[in-house]
Amino acid sequence: MTAAPPTIAPAGGALATDDLSAYYGTLEAVGNVSIAFRRKSVTALIGPSGCGKTTLLRCLNRLHELTFDACVSGRVLLEDCDIYEWGMDPMAIRRRIGMVFQRPNPFPTLSILDNAVACGGRRLNRRAKIEVAERALRAAALWDEVKDKLTRSPLQLSGGQQQRLCIARAVAAEPEVLLMDEPTASLDPIATAVIEELMARLAERFTIVAVTHNMQQAARVSDVTAFMLADADGTGRLIEVDDTAKLFTKPSDPRTEDYITGRFG
Amino acid sequence: MSPIDRGFAAVVYGGSVLFALLIVGLFVELVLGSWPSLKAFGPSFIWHSAWDPVANKFGALPMIYGTVVTSLIAIVLAAFVGIMAAVFLADFAPRWIATPLSFLIELLAAVPSVVYGLWGLFVLAPLVRTAIGPALQHVLGWTPLFSGPIYGVGLLTGGIILALMIVPTVTAISREVIAAIPRDLREASMALGSTHWETATRVVLPAARIGIFGACVLGLGRALGETIAVTMVIGNRPEISASLFAPSYTLASVIANEFTEATTSLYISALIELGLILFLVSIVVNALARLMIWRVRGSRA
Ligand SMILES: Nc1ncnc2c1ncn2[C@@H]1O[C@H](COP(=O)(O)OP(=O)(O)O)[C@@H](O)[C@H]1O
Ligand SMILES: [Mg+2]
Repeated sequence: MTAAPPTIAPAGGALATDDLSAYYGTLEAVGNVSIAFRRKSVTALIGPSGCGKTTLLRCLNRLHELTFDACVSGRVLLEDCDIYEWGMDPMAIRRRIGMVFQRPNPFPTLSILDNAVACGGRRLNRRAKIEVAERALRAAALWDEVKDKLTRSPLQLSGGQQQRLCIARAVAAEPEVLLMDEPTASLDPIATAVIEELMARLAERFTIVAVTHNMQQAARVSDVTAFMLADADGTGRLIEVDDTAKLFTKPSDPRTEDYITGRFG
Repeated sequence: MSPIDRGFAAVVYGGSVLFALLIVGLFVELVLGSWPSLKAFGPSFIWHSAWDPVANKFGALPMIYGTVVTSLIAIVLAAFVGIMAAVFLADFAPRWIATPLSFLIELLAAVPSVVYGLWGLFVLAPLVRTAIGPALQHVLGWTPLFSGPIYGVGLLTGGIILALMIVPTVTAISREVIAAIPRDLREASMALGSTHWETATRVVLPAARIGIFGACVLGLGRALGETIAVTMVIGNRPEISASLFAPSYTLASVIANEFTEATTSLYISALIELGLILFLVSIVVNALARLMIWRVRGSRA
């Protein structure tokens, strides 16, 4: 990574899975998912609780394998390169694929500034740090709210601000893909609206995959929606992927229709 | 309030008052017991280094020095080893190693200190005399800390024994504190492309620092007051020397060692005054630590 990464996101961000399955011990939580995420767009992953959305998302940046007894089969292609191929460096992969979690999780012992530049910021001097942080915090629509308290603790921020700080932290690494796991699940409606708006802007620079179990949110923020459902064995299957407008108006699978009309889940 | 609530409140209230009274009572008792010595030597008792019962000259400095130095050696060694072990057990070791190992370490805390003392006398002291001491002297002999003859028993051996005794406490508590750090925080770090090691040292340890500090203070408290094991390996000589190889004495060990042979009332009261000092030092150490913990918490809240 260079000290001053370019403001315009580089090309890249083509992400796809090929026959991807994920396991917790003997439980196959996600089964045979093949999906190509649209570049520089928001793809929403929807489905009832426990259908494997989080698990699928965590396979995309090799976080799944950190869970005790977890493993993965199949391929995840980032720019036509299988990130699970032997010899791939998971650390390098994770710097190319940022992640935002369900609950805001800024590093409690670092300042707001150091949180924003947590990835690789240690090597920068203070001026370069502030430069990188400003760019990331502006991208996360947080700069104006924190520019006068960069040295404060992130725990003084509201939940929504903390979540945007986490987005800034991920964005500062200049990734190609941004994974978001129910990023607004713990936020109030106003903070949620701010982040939804932000997601649309971030999609100009990143390929975004966002889990949500809120269908209105999927309809509002995403270009493409993927619907998942667990089968009788508890294995999450990909049922249908389509343009969001199409999926919510004319779903081609009856199970999708049942779900979006609220008949189950 | 219902009668039961009122009764409960009374018991709790009474209990805490009782504790306060106990501490005050202990303090008063110690002051009364050391009165002859307090009257004879005044505050100079603390900085006089002569401890000569035959000549009726008593000064506490050698024991204060021995207590402080052995405790410092112990806490430095134990903090380093204990924190590393805790990180290993909580974040690196696979479960089938971590579970039995944690259990074993917690068992170590239950070994009676006289057993540590015996081991120190028969194994550690010879080891210090023949191997550890000469090796340290070879490398660091140019500093006064590691110069002079190596007896085997002395400050260093006492410090190491204390470290061994408090390492289980430091490890067990630190491990619990580290394990309580939310998974989310580790994953946030891993998701940014950090290694396990970077995550442990830059995210988990800083987040757990208050609890780890508490674990170390608890260890220090135990080291300050530990008596029998140190008495067996410290050399029991009321002297102050720069060398860590030199024999020394601690507040607790001189009391244990000499109380039965103290014949004059001045001698006895001097020993009690040492107890008073140990009591005050322990309280001050704990209070300071708590104050620091509060301040760290306060600046974050
Ligand atoms: N750490 C884990 N260990 C074992 N099973 C898990 C773990 N996490 C999730 N699961 C199981 O995997 C399935 C999918 O979970 P998850 O991906 O969290 O679903 P979602 O995010 O769609 O609610 C569920 O059946 C859940 O019980
Ligand atoms: Mg989930």
